[in-house]
Amino acid sequence: MTDLPQTPSAVKLGLVIDLDICVGCHACAVSCKEWNSGGYSAPLTDFDPYGTHPSGVWFNRVHSFEVVDPKGTAKTVHFPKSCLHCEDAPCVTVCPTGASYKREEDGIVLVNADTCIGCKLCSWACPYGAREYDEDAGVMKKCTLCIDKIYNAALEPTSRVPACVSSCPTGARSFGDLGNPESGVSRLVASRQGFDLMPEQKCRPVNKYLPPRPRQTVGASVALNKEISDQAGFLARWVDRIFSR
Amino acid sequence: MHPAKSVILFTTASGAGAGLLVWLVVFGMAGRLPHDFLFQILALSLAFILVSVGLLSSLLHLGHPARAWRALSQWRSSWLSREGVAALTIYPTAGAYGIALYILGVSSPITWALSFATIVLTIAFLISTGMIYASLRPIRAWANPYVPTGYLLFALMTGAMLLTVVQSLFAEDHKPAMGITIGLLAIGLVHKWGYWRFIDDVPSSSTPETATSLSFLGRVRLLEGPHSEANYLMQEMGFRIARKHSRVLRCIVLIVGFILPSLILGVSLIFPSADVVLILLATFFCTVGIGVERWLFFAEAKHTVALYYGAPSA
Repeated sequence: MTDLPQTPSAVKLGLVIDLDICVGCHACAVSCKEWNSGGYSAPLTDFDPYGTHPSGVWFNRVHSFEVVDPKGTAKTVHFPKSCLHCEDAPCVTVCPTGASYKREEDGIVLVNADTCIGCKLCSWACPYGAREYDEDAGVMKKCTLCIDKIYNAALEPTSRVPACVSSCPTGARSFGDLGNPESGVSRLVASRQGFDLMPEQKCRPVNKYLPPRPRQTVGASVALNKEISDQAGFLARWVDRIFSR
Repeated sequence: MHPAKSVILFTTASGAGAGLLVWLVVFGMAGRLPHDFLFQILALSLAFILVSVGLLSSLLHLGHPARAWRALSQWRSSWLSREGVAALTIYPTAGAYGIALYILGVSSPITWALSFATIVLTIAFLISTGMIYASLRPIRAWANPYVPTGYLLFALMTGAMLLTVVQSLFAEDHKPAMGITIGLLAIGLVHKWGYWRFIDDVPSSSTPETATSLSFLGRVRLLEGPHSEANYLMQEMGFRIARKHSRVLRCIVLIVGFILPSLILGVSLIFPSADVVLILLATFFCTVGIGVERWLFFAEAKHTVALYYGAPSA
């Protein structure tokens, strides 16, 4: 049923992405592609993969933005983006077949590839671009929050997190229950003033982002002097004086 | 938004067909249609063929057309599903109306009930089509009241035009239908003008700053995209050709789609001997104009996802 769950789940599994830590290495995007190429939504079809114009299905992408403050100082923010598993997911309610649904038990938004007709309407309804159309399979695909990994009893408990989280070399990504205010991710969001993307679209995303910390000002203006300064040694100042005549 | 030909054909053809159906029922109940059996059959068939061609072309747009029946299940939340349900219920209802009209006549309460049901279902179908687009909040150009009203208006306008054509081909009195057509062309012109002013003047509340929620740090612009090649999202939602030529294309829509047909229909009143040719000519221009109008409707619409790919506004 593409109505959203009547009683929203208490458990809200999601990601917290720290924009202060992310270095934009794309490891999360690559490991997402790798895991999901053999998982719930497999295959993530590629076209012309080794050619001049490769394209294909990816669930996670890293954008890099430049933010310029009023003083003109620029800052680079690496910005990984995947499905935000919204509480008011418009991709679910627009689906005409019921293929797109939000799980009652943990809030994960999934697509049933056996009943999807490939009308693409969910990709139009998502403001974030979390939906991917697999041209080859003729169905929509999306981030599953690695549902086949996080509940996989064959894996070590520490490995039961989404592939993007386990692969992040800097620890910029956290996974947990954002419905529980006492969980580690909820406390992280509270302590760092985590935020929603595009709140004006009223989707109430579960995934949260943590802001880049303020730039450190100490030592920020160190630069080479053009001229030989007073701190130069005696010999250098003497040579400078001789040749400057 | 990428203007898919199948969706443009669907919305224009099924819109005109549904509009024609509404007018056929209205004129039929008002006793303004000839009792000629051939006329009734041909006019109803034209309406059904147009609606069916549209629906079939929309099926071609799907990744899995054979599964399309599943789209009838989610009418409680999905406008696309509601549109499908409405479309399929029009066939038996309008068919039953046609039979009742032929056997029981205009004055029978059964014919009245069926005519009313046919009109309600057809208008529900047209509004559902518009609401599919109007319910998509990420697309500012679509999520506004101009969109469902426009779909209804342009369907009734092209439908009235088609009724004028059929009546003139049968040498019947087509002046009431033509009067309605000219009136709707005038309203349509104002509506389209208002729609363009609206989408030009009222910006999306989403910006690169809200997309990243980094406005507290300053102005945001894309430094580096996530990959070197265009992906599905950029191809489907990042269509930009139309905006480059939108002024010229909008003029074409207003002149070819609305002003020329009105003038030609007016001239046909002066030259009754050539009225069939002139009405067909007006229909041709209106069809071309509405085709461009629908293409622009898709091509000019911007989606918030483009904000993540370097678009300065959505």
